[in-house]
Amino acid sequence: MGLYVLRRLALTIPILFAVIVLSFWLMHAAPGGPFDAELIDLDPKVVESIRAAYNLDAPVWKQFLDYLGALLQGDLGPSLVYSDLRVSQIIATGLPVSVTVGLSAIAIGFTVGIGCGIAAALRQNSFVDYTVMAVAMTGVAIPTFVTAPLLILLFGLYLGWLPISGWGGGDPKHLLLPVIALALPKVATLARITRGAMLEAINTDYVRTARAKGLREWKVITRHVLRPMLIPVVSYLGPTIATVMTGSVVIETIFGLPGIGRAFVEGASNRDYPVVMGIVIVYAVFIQILNLLVDVIYGYLDPRIRQSYGRPGMTTAGAGLGRSK
Amino acid sequence: MAAASSPGNRLGTSIWRDALYRFSVNRAAMISFWIIVVLAVMAIVIPIWGPHPVDAVYWDRILIAPTLENRHWFGTDANGRDMFVRTLYGARISLTIGVLTTLVALVIGVTYGAIAGYFGGRVDVVMMRLIDVLYAVPTLFLVIILVSAFGNNFLLIFISIGAVEWMTLARIVRGQTLAIKGKEYMEAAHALGLPASRILLQYILPNVVGPVVVYVTLLIPINIIVESYLSFLGLGVQEPFTSWGRLISQGSGEMEMAPWLLLIPAGFLTLTMFCFNFMGDGLRDALDPKNR
Repeated sequence: MGLYVLRRLALTIPILFAVIVLSFWLMHAAPGGPFDAELIDLDPKVVESIRAAYNLDAPVWKQFLDYLGALLQGDLGPSLVYSDLRVSQIIATGLPVSVTVGLSAIAIGFTVGIGCGIAAALRQNSFVDYTVMAVAMTGVAIPTFVTAPLLILLFGLYLGWLPISGWGGGDPKHLLLPVIALALPKVATLARITRGAMLEAINTDYVRTARAKGLREWKVITRHVLRPMLIPVVSYLGPTIATVMTGSVVIETIFGLPGIGRAFVEGASNRDYPVVMGIVIVYAVFIQILNLLVDVIYGYLDPRIRQSYGRPGMTTAGAGLGRSK
Repeated sequence: MAAASSPGNRLGTSIWRDALYRFSVNRAAMISFWIIVVLAVMAIVIPIWGPHPVDAVYWDRILIAPTLENRHWFGTDANGRDMFVRTLYGARISLTIGVLTTLVALVIGVTYGAIAGYFGGRVDVVMMRLIDVLYAVPTLFLVIILVSAFGNNFLLIFISIGAVEWMTLARIVRGQTLAIKGKEYMEAAHALGLPASRILLQYILPNVVGPVVVYVTLLIPINIIVESYLSFLGLGVQEPFTSWGRLISQGSGEMEMAPWLLLIPAGFLTLTMFCFNFMGDGLRDALDPKNR
């Protein structure tokens, strides 16, 4: 097990390196820079010194090595637009906001989604089942940038119950609407996944055996159905948690939350490359950690997978499954 | 089943005819299909022969609620433009982007996946590792980087989205190809000395069509959403073009005074998402080998 984790960690290093190279190259291949608009009328000497201050006059390979060196010390460089801020400061202020909203949404999605999915599967083709599936289909089909304004319209403007925008220093009232808007599609997807996986598990031979030997129904469900059911749920949750923790771009924009999703969009449209790269790298680190966690949890859920850890050429089961936007 | 697999029968046509039949008796899928067809026809026709020209601005009729008067069936927006025509003009762009980006993804994904699966070994490992790397960055991040770095004209938007959304497709095709590789007819093809290109085109591609068709039906709405996200954030198509995402974005700015500006394009987008999802489900049921 420990060996397996070490080997997986060794695999993630080249992936992270490739992500850094790729984003660095993309940022430098892009035409136009952040200073284009301001620099037109300036003295060429001033331009030269600004470029030198940000290390932009060095050859690209040198810039890359410098960046990498700073990165290894936890420094993501200066912001090109907010001249008194480091990228790590921007991320450090935005991350708690994104993580709070994201994890709350995941908690709701996990409990409500799985609960509804189990209820639907236990009463297949009943009224409960059809209702849950109809609602889940709606939740999957409607994007968050439609549900979020509708929630604002209903609860914020017409009923006037909740504030419609801003962070409010983490006040739960401010968090309610963005969390719900972010959680809705997760609830819907998890309900669908849970129901499907549960039905599949219920129809297996070992469940029939368990019933045949006279095990009580709730024990069949808790011991033989729930565990295999959790495998697809976990493979969906891993990457999804990484996505929501690094901030939902749209939710943060709509509700005016100062998270890193919004910092990313701002950075991209301001051509503030270090900010964009920094957030991409943070995200990539998150997703690698969570994929590793997913693979470890697989082992606890399914003994067949646990055995394959010892073997060479095992698949990285978590990578890329159930990827979300 | 027995008849379909008897040697005299042409297996290929029969499977597809079966699938077509199963799809055509699926009511939800068929209704969805016709709604999409009607929507597509209206998206082409209305901006040309609709009640108002697309670029007509009525300064005396700003933010009018839906009404039969002056044929503003969906009302007008803050610039006095007719929302019925603009919604369908948005449909034109959203649907076009959905289809074109999916085509880009289809070409890249199928080629990439088939090559990786067919050659296997080291080629496969390297090609799949590259996908792992790209998977480590979320789609929307990648598209935003591409669009903000290389500009957001119509062409670049659909290339950017297509260039990002092909990876799952490549994985599906690779998996299918690996599964097919062990079959006897593949050995026969090798024994005949057919070139790799011919084997890929004639033996592998026809066998991956089923899952690819299903995924493509689901990828079109995903891509429409991605474009809408971009437009919503102001990075998508620019005036004078419009898309549903842009209309929703503008509508949510005016929703307190004029909720129809939000509700109408949101309704159209949601309807389209439902239809594509039902069609995808219907196709999956129709093409699922377990049903044969």
